[in-house]
Amino acid sequence: MKILVGIKRVIDYSVRVQIKKDGSGVNIDGVKMSINPFDEIALEEALRIREGGTQAEIVAVSIGPSESQQQLRTALAMGADRAILVESADAVQPLMTARIFHELVKRENADLVILGKQAIDDDSNQTGQMLAALWDRPQATFASKLELKAKSAAVTREVDAGLEIIEIDLPAVITTDLRLNTPRFVKMPDIMKARSKPLQTLKLKELGVSAAPKLETAKFAPPPQRIGGKKVEDVPSLIAALKQKGVL
Amino acid sequence: MNSILIIAEHDGKKLNASTARAVSCAQAIGGDIDIAVFAADAGSVAQAAAKLKGVKRVLKIERAENGHQLAAVLAPQIAKLAKDYTHVLAPSTTFGKDVLPRAAALLGVQQVSDVMKVIDPVTFERPMYAGNAIVTVKAPEKSCVVATVRTASWQECGSGGTAEITAVSTDAALPVHTRFVELKAEKSDRPDLQSAARVVSGGRGVGSKENFAIIYKFADKLGAAVGASRAAVDAGFVPNDLQVGQTGKIIAPDLYVAVGISGAIQHLTGIKDARTIVAINKDPDAPIFQVADIGLVGDLFKILPELEKELDKFKT
Repeated sequence: MKILVGIKRVIDYSVRVQIKKDGSGVNIDGVKMSINPFDEIALEEALRIREGGTQAEIVAVSIGPSESQQQLRTALAMGADRAILVESADAVQPLMTARIFHELVKRENADLVILGKQAIDDDSNQTGQMLAALWDRPQATFASKLELKAKSAAVTREVDAGLEIIEIDLPAVITTDLRLNTPRFVKMPDIMKARSKPLQTLKLKELGVSAAPKLETAKFAPPPQRIGGKKVEDVPSLIAALKQKGVL
Repeated sequence: MNSILIIAEHDGKKLNASTARAVSCAQAIGGDIDIAVFAADAGSVAQAAAKLKGVKRVLKIERAENGHQLAAVLAPQIAKLAKDYTHVLAPSTTFGKDVLPRAAALLGVQQVSDVMKVIDPVTFERPMYAGNAIVTVKAPEKSCVVATVRTASWQECGSGGTAEITAVSTDAALPVHTRFVELKAEKSDRPDLQSAARVVSGGRGVGSKENFAIIYKFADKLGAAVGASRAAVDAGFVPNDLQVGQTGKIIAPDLYVAVGISGAIQHLTGIKDARTIVAINKDPDAPIFQVADIGLVGDLFKILPELEKELDKFKT
């Protein structure tokens, strides 16, 4: 089977994001960039499918600036067989991302697409659902367990009410939640080996995907700060403070 | 004139309170507000939706296939209904997040996720970078606006409405490639964490699964829902649907009591819209105290029983 995995280059999760003074975006100069954590989980799941004995070719796909090659090299070092970068200097919004993936899914004849449930930069949580719609195939979002069968999969989903299990026919789109797995660390020899794995770069124009409607981003601002810090000495004063605030 | 369709969230019997929060967002947009209830039998849910204040019509779309809220099944029906509306909204819960982008893609529309504030009918504020940036986005003027509503940013709308309930059918072809198997829900008589007015959460400081009993007991005394930090979930103290935070539930109760929670950024992201935050922790330097309106330093195993006693006094 052929598995496509999405790999987005984002600001590392440990970085405290700084908003530019003019409100035009966030500062990325000199900031550590990494694979979106949910995408790492997606790749790890694909690798485990292959290691579990299913014959699979794993293709890591990124859409973004040319620097995204770094994240694709990391994906190759983790164990992806080859990588495709669709180059775009501008930020690509989810509907457009889904259209690009749909085109690649058709070209590659993919059986399974595993994506992160959301990217930790724009937090949209849309691309997997949109790809599934355009492809007219099942979606299993927020997956915390995946059992692959010959032509279908049983997926456990993390929903507000608990855990939901659905059965989906393949091909399908799966989006990952945190508890699906813990991604492996990359080892030095694998980084060396990854250098010789194929990484194909495509220009967005070459794909022939029509431009999708976009949201216009007018302004970035920091969130309002919560001012806390008051402490009380004992339980009776806590009760008194709660009464004063009218919450009891 | 705007016409707004809200997709109701429910479990087949009860309307989820997040729907009433989406109504408040629709009121901020302004226009006629309809609610769509997809169900096998919409009876009680449609009646509850009709009582929400400011709702004009409740559309019942009853089909056996709608018995489980599967995105692949609902999205084509939503896309059909959307033709008559300027806006389609759903709460930004796991239900809304699953179904609405699928409908947006069928409509060829870029969705707005997690609306926190309405600037005008096509301009909204939404969070990015886990709430560390608030971004103003503008949707194209002439196409349908499809948006999920960040429930923590909106109060529930009032009741006392008398919307008309109408049965509606769509000719959408429904797929059979996706099948519901089961829902493993934690059975509980406690309030629902996502919508509760009061929440008591425990963290790593609680120490064990057995010790969590003290959190449940105190929550029951307060009539509160129980939550937990990611550390407590990862340590196996409680199931993961209790997790509050960026990767769990984002909530906005009137009262949030954080017990034995240090206050990692990812947890604070999930509670920063709470009206009053109380922190109980033995470490006076725990970051949770920087955001807590009322902090009490000390041993939770002494403080909670004492609090329960004081609450009893207060009630009588």
